[in-house]
Amino acid sequence: MTVSTNGSTNGQVLAVKDLSVTFRTEDGRVSAVDNVSFDVADGEVLAVVGESGCGKSVTAMSIAGLLPRTATVGGSVRLDGTELIGADKRTLRSIRGREVAYIFQEPTTSLNPVFTVGHQISEVLRTHIGLNRQAAEARAIELLKLVGIPSAERRISDYPHQLSGGMRQRVMIAMAVACDPKVLIADEPTTALDVTIQAGILDVLRGLRERLGTSIVLITHDLGVVADLADRVAVMYAGRVVETAEVHEIFARPQHPYTVGLLGASPAAGRHAETHRLSEIPGLVPVLSEQPDACTFADRCSRAGETCTTSQPELTAGVHRVACWHPVREAVEV
Amino acid sequence: MRRYLLNRLWQSLVTLVLATIVVFVGVRALPGDPALALAGEDRDPESLRAIRQQYGLDQSWLVQFWQFVSHAARGDLGQSIRTGAPVRSMILSALPVTIELSVLAILIAGVIGVGAGVVAAVRRGGPAEWAANALALLGLSVPHFWLGLMAILYLSVALGLFPASGFVPFFTNPVDNLHHLILPALILGTGLAAVIMRQTRSSMLDALSADYIRTAEAKGLPPKAVIGKHALRNSLIVVVTIVGLQLGALISGAVVTERIFALPGFGKLTVDAVFQRDYPVIQAVVLVTATAYIVINLLVDLLYSVIDPRIRVRGEA
Repeated sequence: MTVSTNGSTNGQVLAVKDLSVTFRTEDGRVSAVDNVSFDVADGEVLAVVGESGCGKSVTAMSIAGLLPRTATVGGSVRLDGTELIGADKRTLRSIRGREVAYIFQEPTTSLNPVFTVGHQISEVLRTHIGLNRQAAEARAIELLKLVGIPSAERRISDYPHQLSGGMRQRVMIAMAVACDPKVLIADEPTTALDVTIQAGILDVLRGLRERLGTSIVLITHDLGVVADLADRVAVMYAGRVVETAEVHEIFARPQHPYTVGLLGASPAAGRHAETHRLSEIPGLVPVLSEQPDACTFADRCSRAGETCTTSQPELTAGVHRVACWHPVREAVEV
Repeated sequence: MRRYLLNRLWQSLVTLVLATIVVFVGVRALPGDPALALAGEDRDPESLRAIRQQYGLDQSWLVQFWQFVSHAARGDLGQSIRTGAPVRSMILSALPVTIELSVLAILIAGVIGVGAGVVAAVRRGGPAEWAANALALLGLSVPHFWLGLMAILYLSVALGLFPASGFVPFFTNPVDNLHHLILPALILGTGLAAVIMRQTRSSMLDALSADYIRTAEAKGLPPKAVIGKHALRNSLIVVVTIVGLQLGALISGAVVTERIFALPGFGKLTVDAVFQRDYPVIQAVVLVTATAYIVINLLVDLLYSVIDPRIRVRGEA
């Protein structure tokens, strides 16, 4: 790989390095994300996977500085060479919606109920590109068509409550890609939707990546979504990335015991029918405020040895990276 | 929409009739006799009877009520027992004063209340919120009449900034008109401003923690748009409701304020009429006030659907 003039590796759009996030709470500081690093290449879909509370959403929010004031963020997030951690508000605002755009889990509450969808899409265009009202509206209609909303000319003057959940999420996507952002961060984009609607939304995201070349950071706990859309996967556990690899590698040769457990706990078509029971991971995600100098998964891990409780494993180098003292090397039946 | 409006009009009519009955009976149940008040020192039974006959007070209540209602329906509100002047013209000359005073008070209260509420919500936990809360508490607990007297004492008498009393019609001299009304309107608006401020603050806090605010921030909108547009528009629905509910308090507050600043408005008319047992005037005043109240409430309800598209009035869907 060649190194470009602005210091980022060529083709690398987003580089997250040693990202740490702590929250100030009444019980003192709580760590939510601990030394997380990952890169996203141009046009790549990176899935960040993990259980609820593993820090994946916090990681996503910290990229464009959307965390509440109680959060302290350390480390580095570079977007095309521009450092975003510690950037001033004006810079962050000019990047949000234009270079980095978000799609959230709950389209019903994420759209403002008192403005038309057309207005909410136009607003981004008028803020960042300076389009006038007519031009912004015309572009908004194009965008609605792009995300597969029928009779877009009419829908543009609808209010969010007049649309179905799936349509609302399409509006969210249209709004997010309005300024053709470099990175799209989709935080559980299908979780709140009916299963029948989910496939449509994933199709839209896949289409955007192919047509616009948008890089996507896909935050999800749904391994079905991962298999459907992602190129690469980062598995998070208790605020840390424990394994990262190409998507087929993760499914075929998971190395971290947690990844193995996660795959085992996930239902898949054709498997586990009647004869198979889903396996569960014993125990609970540890309390983040008191992370010991140990592997955070040790308490729940069947492979844990003495090393696991006394020192914390680092991610190995290479393409398939794992942070484990006793990684799974044999093929597993999950 | 049309069905809804018709429905509301029908309801309003029933309310009006009920209000009229209550007041009609109410004023007559009060101790005191208009004939006595009018006769003054002359307690001669003969002249008392003549007065009663002249104003129809010797008729049964039912007949009196029917006469009042049938005349009122034709726009004739009768004659003042006290002055003999037509009640209609008394009302028409007093009404603009009170309307202007109330509208000014609502405007002032709205600007101060919404402004302070937004600042208190955005600067939560800071000195600005503390100051806004303290002011709101003061505004709620200090009575109008005291505040009015203090304002006259210091701002009008001592400093000479505003006239202490009197009124100039708007079309005679708009500047003078505002100069006379601004202080009474400010005094009348304090209570409402405090209520609006507290309500705006709490609904803004709700709105600011909503998901759509996170979306607005993720879109890279400037704080002006995030707070002043996305959050405020959602908070206003509650504020409008509160203003509607506070109207009764505003009208009774106007009575006191007009009295203090000697404004020739509805409040003064009402108080004078009650003291004189001037039945036709009291009845007319209540009829007009009730109508105003009903109309304003209807406007507030219609305003909801303008502010919040999710609220569509029944009958339309």
